[in-house]
Amino acid sequence: MDNTTSIALASIICSGITIAFGTMGPALAEGRAVATAVTSLAQQPDASATITRTLFVGLAMIESTAIYCFVVSMILLFANPFWNHVIAAGK
Amino acid sequence: MRLSPDEWIFWRYGFVKINATIAFTWGLMAVLAVGSRLVTRKLSTDLERARWQNVLEIVVTAIQKQIEDVGLVHPEKYLGFLGTLFLFVATASLCTVIPGFEPPTGSLSTTVALALCVFVAVPLYGIEEQGLGRYLESYVEPTPMMLPFNIIGEASRTLALAVRLFGNMMSGAMIVGILLTITPFVFPIVMTALGLLTGMVQAYIFSILAAVYIAAATRTRDRKPKPVPLP
Repeated sequence: MDNTTSIALASIICSGITIAFGTMGPALAEGRAVATAVTSLAQQPDASATITRTLFVGLAMIESTAIYCFVVSMILLFANPFWNHVIAAGK
Repeated sequence: MRLSPDEWIFWRYGFVKINATIAFTWGLMAVLAVGSRLVTRKLSTDLERARWQNVLEIVVTAIQKQIEDVGLVHPEKYLGFLGTLFLFVATASLCTVIPGFEPPTGSLSTTVALALCVFVAVPLYGIEEQGLGRYLESYVEPTPMMLPFNIIGEASRTLALAVRLFGNMMSGAMIVGILLTITPFVFPIVMTALGLLTGMVQAYIFSILAAVYIAAATRTRDRKPKPVPLP
């Protein structure tokens, strides 16, 4: 298997695995965060503004790790330096 | 498949390029500045006021209340900076309903620039509020061994701000682009609506996180107890 094929194969497989694992963890974590927020809203409804705002900030922090994985996956597919290098060398 | 509006170039001369990011950023700046100027030409303080003045007042007082909730005692000092961050990112994602518009926050350059503004603003506000000595003391806050971790923490949360906003905006644009080639009828509209929602949430998150970082840098260490009203 030559360089081009092996780089393409590795990029595609790794991109799929990255996005697959990268969305499992944050999804579970966000589920737990929302569940706890809903419980505390039921216990103290008049603190709902603070709880909601804190929940959104926390969700954004958790979401960022999923975004990092997404960005790496996109880089592997569309802005892959190894792929560009081997394509330019082959021209 | 265009990864960011940086690659859509309108005009080039030598190494100077006007790409879509620059053009749309200036367009947004023009809309926000000229729009506000037109609305605030005749401000009235009675009960009779123009509709747009009401809209702007709602927006400004809502932002001020949010800044106060985060813990900053004089929200007027930070209203300009934090309000501009929120309004720029929110308008950028609202304008995605205009066909042909690509949000400039979908390019890493814009988001890194905004994050660098926050990175510079946090020490500036901290030093202005507390003085240079006390602000630098806050870096060795729990123990002096935390100094490298605090510095790395500052840099990494700036990077996280930039990448979070960039990733959300870029993924919204990319998903709509991919879906248009697969199911060209109703589904891309649903995804555009979802992109609007996440765009507004990300605008809110960006400005609230900036406010939280500024609040952490400016809070005074010795708290005076609040005066209790006499019965």
